[in-house]
Amino acid sequence: MPSRSPPRRSPKPHRPSRSKAMRNAPAPNHQGAFYQRDRSWHPPAYTPEYKTSVLRSPQQAPLSLTNTLSEMTGPVFGHAMLGPLDNDLIRNFATTGDAIGPRILVHGRVLDEDQRPVPGALLEYWQANAGGRYRHRKESYLAAIDPNFGGCGRSITDAEGRYWFRTVKPGAYPWPNRVNDWRPAHIHFSIFGHAFAQRLITQMYFAGDPMIWQCPIVLGIPSRAAVETLIADLDREATIPMDTLAYRFDIVLRGRRSTLFENRMEGN
Amino acid sequence: MAQPLNRLKESPSQTAGPYVHIGTTPNFIGIGSVYPEDLGLAPCPPAAKGKRIIVTGQVFDGAGAVLRDALIEIWQADADGLYPGHGEHRGAADPNFPGWFRQPVDSVTGLYRFETIKPGQAPFPDGRRMAPHISFWIAARGINTGLHTRLYFGDEQAANAADPLLGRVEQTQRVATLIAPRGEADGVPCYRFDIHLQGDKETIFLDI
Repeated sequence: MPSRSPPRRSPKPHRPSRSKAMRNAPAPNHQGAFYQRDRSWHPPAYTPEYKTSVLRSPQQAPLSLTNTLSEMTGPVFGHAMLGPLDNDLIRNFATTGDAIGPRILVHGRVLDEDQRPVPGALLEYWQANAGGRYRHRKESYLAAIDPNFGGCGRSITDAEGRYWFRTVKPGAYPWPNRVNDWRPAHIHFSIFGHAFAQRLITQMYFAGDPMIWQCPIVLGIPSRAAVETLIADLDREATIPMDTLAYRFDIVLRGRRSTLFENRMEGN
Repeated sequence: MAQPLNRLKESPSQTAGPYVHIGTTPNFIGIGSVYPEDLGLAPCPPAAKGKRIIVTGQVFDGAGAVLRDALIEIWQADADGLYPGHGEHRGAADPNFPGWFRQPVDSVTGLYRFETIKPGQAPFPDGRRMAPHISFWIAARGINTGLHTRLYFGDEQAANAADPLLGRVEQTQRVATLIAPRGEADGVPCYRFDIHLQGDKETIFLDI
């Protein structure tokens, strides 16, 4: 895996031709404030079928704030911090052999709402093993720990916003919510874009899993269309024959306004 | 005729869950062989310019119980008010100051504790100066979308009184939920910032 190139490469980004009138105009500077987050698209704080949210949800309206430098800036993570196996969960904890389970690649792009790639984005991902067991001291599920599986990995997106990693497909697991609740197979993602305003944690699900539609954490998301953006499709083209199935999962972070006439220097 | 904007929707948030540490601070929970160290957990480098401070506190739920599985990230300017990262175009920030730290709360006491420096003042978009502050982001089981808030310093009364964000809070008695009183620990200024997710003492959270 470490020596592999990205599973799929698209042609060079299309560069639209600019009309004569446009040619002398300054290029839009996409450094403005972020588009307002659509809080009716995200799950609300209070989703009572997901019981823990009942006491952990603010009841007051959040204070809406014009983006300031505190929100429009964010930490930089360099590719140099990555180890060679950071994006290979089949090997990065292994001592006596590969992790056990269906071998999969997960890949995709990190884009903003204007479909621009987000290069240099740090992704961290974590998951249960093939049997649905997490390597965590608070986890008491009966399914066995895999001695060769840790369950964490990370990537930094390339110049086109691409990331990829290799892992085993996680199993479903039961959780103490209602008496017979089971999470669908999922991989958690934590994403850093270029600004603290873009900070996001979410979960990826697998196409065709019937358990997605019974899960109170998933169903906290108000619309089916929004849920569907968290479901990764099987990607036959990126699959490695006789080796590894592939899933494609694109992630969208908040986009930002272009500063066409709003060109005061920051702080002026 | 309206032009389509061809905008994508932001990926919807989901809770970080109870095992967020596996992905974010694996060494902290004993998965010690994958990364050399947990990202964001290293203390502020001694070479960073500025006044050393300690920020500590707990996170409480609506029944007053302490969260023992929360993850806290902070992001702040350097001592001169410059941000050490993407999006800072006013000049070079202190190269020895990371600006970003991350910690799981203690699994027994629920305490977090950051050793950092006191940030300088940065401008609001209209040019007014914001009071020194630290941006907080809290993720945990039961929190569907990470919560943003800000810590302001109890010993910056004049700057706080002129702060554009604090000035926007209609229920002025709630401003106190963002202000960390100053104490002292071994001669180092120590600010206590407790976060109340819900109820009478509910912290002001930001829709940024």
